[in-house]
Amino acid sequence: MALLEVEDLGVTFRGDREVRAVDGVSFTVDAGEVTGLVGESGCGKSVTSLALIGLLPKQNTRRVRVDGRALFDGLDLLRADTRTLRDIRGREIAMIFQDPLSSLNPVVPIGVQVAEVLVRHRGVSKAEAQRRAAQLLDRVGIPDPNRRLKEYPHQLSGGMRQRALIAMAVACRPRLLIADEPTTALDVTIQAQILELLKELVREDGTAMIMITHDLGVVAGLCDRVNVLYAGRVVESAARRPLFAEPVHPYTIGLLNSIPRLDAGQGARLTPIRGSVRDVLPWSQGCAFAPRCDRAVEECLAGPPEITGDPHSFRCVNPGVGVDLEEVR
Amino acid sequence: MLRYIVRRLLQLIPTLLGLSVILFIWLHRLPGGPETAILGERGTDETRAKLRHDLGLDEPLWIQYFRFMRRMITGNLGTSISTHRPVVTEFAERFPGTVELTVSALIIAIGLGIPLGYLAARRRGSIVDHGSVAGSLLGICVPIFVLAYLVKEVFAVKLGWFPAAGRQDVTIDATRVTNFYVLDGMLTGEWDAAADALKHLVLPAFTLATIPLAIIIRMTRASVLEVLGEDYVRTAEAKGLTERVVRRRHVLRNALLPIVTTIGLLTGGLLSGAVLTETVYSFTGIGQFIAESIDRRDYPVLMGFIMFVAVIYVTVNLLVDISYGLIDPRVRVR
Repeated sequence: MALLEVEDLGVTFRGDREVRAVDGVSFTVDAGEVTGLVGESGCGKSVTSLALIGLLPKQNTRRVRVDGRALFDGLDLLRADTRTLRDIRGREIAMIFQDPLSSLNPVVPIGVQVAEVLVRHRGVSKAEAQRRAAQLLDRVGIPDPNRRLKEYPHQLSGGMRQRALIAMAVACRPRLLIADEPTTALDVTIQAQILELLKELVREDGTAMIMITHDLGVVAGLCDRVNVLYAGRVVESAARRPLFAEPVHPYTIGLLNSIPRLDAGQGARLTPIRGSVRDVLPWSQGCAFAPRCDRAVEECLAGPPEITGDPHSFRCVNPGVGVDLEEVR
Repeated sequence: MLRYIVRRLLQLIPTLLGLSVILFIWLHRLPGGPETAILGERGTDETRAKLRHDLGLDEPLWIQYFRFMRRMITGNLGTSISTHRPVVTEFAERFPGTVELTVSALIIAIGLGIPLGYLAARRRGSIVDHGSVAGSLLGICVPIFVLAYLVKEVFAVKLGWFPAAGRQDVTIDATRVTNFYVLDGMLTGEWDAAADALKHLVLPAFTLATIPLAIIIRMTRASVLEVLGEDYVRTAEAKGLTERVVRRRHVLRNALLPIVTTIGLLTGGLLSGAVLTETVYSFTGIGQFIAESIDRRDYPVLMGFIMFVAVIYVTVNLLVDISYGLIDPRVRVR
């Protein structure tokens, strides 16, 4: 059975006009599996993850409507009360955020910020929590952990801060880790280290992970299964290998074509996807990607395309058979 | 840290020196002088000149200033022209009342203002929020002497819940140690006297607290609202921490900086508000005495008062700066 089963998740923000940021997203995460949510900014990937743990700004108010189901080990997260969610967050489901500097409290020592999760969920004493916090910092590769415990976020480097955030997330050995663009704010050299660390941690603990990213390189190195999101819907979902080898949705193909490659000939140009995320069609009128799609046909505008195919599924009426396979691998 | 405090205290010296020069000149340039106040209509030019000479006011201003400074350094603030008692004695009797009043007002303003401001921010758009915002606007707008009379009329005169005037009931024969009435009662074990003094404090303290309370509510609300949107608060929530830990460790600690600054600045206003409040409640603090001293051009008293207030003001702001470092490690001094 799947650890997390998201079914028809929808998030609607109601301001001056309604915005449906997430529109019927379904995916599953098996225990110990790394699932990627991939897409451009604004496609709804972060909103999806925040909605799952009930942390959208103003969630549970009239301004934000969340519908669908998200079964975590049989419990519907979207209908759980605040108390239950507080017990689950940090213990069963932990989250790593994008910007490590702004995600750490500037006026509280690192040690306290790591230890407080243990005090809360493991019920250990503060002293014991500090001792374990030192072990955790050591585990995530922070040298001289006992000294670092007493330091503040501004005294740490960017990579070190992200490691500290990861230490907090894995402190209680959660069953599911949600990483929201964990490497985006870091230097390229540090990015690789952090990804390696995450990979190692989830393997050791048998933790499942949702990796949210816009970077297909991250996906290639980490994910077992990939869900490509566009305008709030999953447009293609497959295991890593088939997705890279035989992408079928024109959007996925476009994403793969826009990655710069070292082996490309000199003077070769990147192939960007034309237009921008703003040029979307409402799903109710047809395929949201149609205005930017090279393969768009009349049929694309005849109502929302259904998702088809299993285990490699896609939402497209005129699928392509993508890029040159050898090059992407 | 200690070196920082010492350095800051040393910086006090030029500040106070400059202040004393400016105020000394300004005070003595005010039209009229103590001789007019003392002699009134009866004075002739001759008697006035004699009195000026007796008081040493006919000497050049800079000589007067140096005489004043020489006394100051030895802790002698001189003798009041109107009461003929040492200024230090006058202050020792009257200042405790004012301090008692301002400290109580500050405790009320902080103790109610921060929780109310926090609640207003957390329940943004709720009745609590609208209530505090509207209430605090009213608090800032109503002049303190109007409010003082109103409060006195309702709670002392009509309802009779609290005494209308004074610091202590005349029927109570309390022993005086420090002239802080509440403290005296506690020190000597005269609990009825302490309780009575506290009762006398309630109305004036709440009256004086109104404006700072209103300002602190608004400041806290704005500051908390800003912090609530920060990523680290979301991180704290994502860790499943209890509401209490999120509030104290992650929200309030960060929201506190601007509030502390405001509190420091408010102390100046509190002292001047105290003068008005004391007048309405016949509360024997320094306020009335200073108001009279201005009328009488009682230079030694006024100079002493100004220097004293300046020291308090600078000290409070030093405390504010020190607490900055305690709250936020990034501004901690090297």
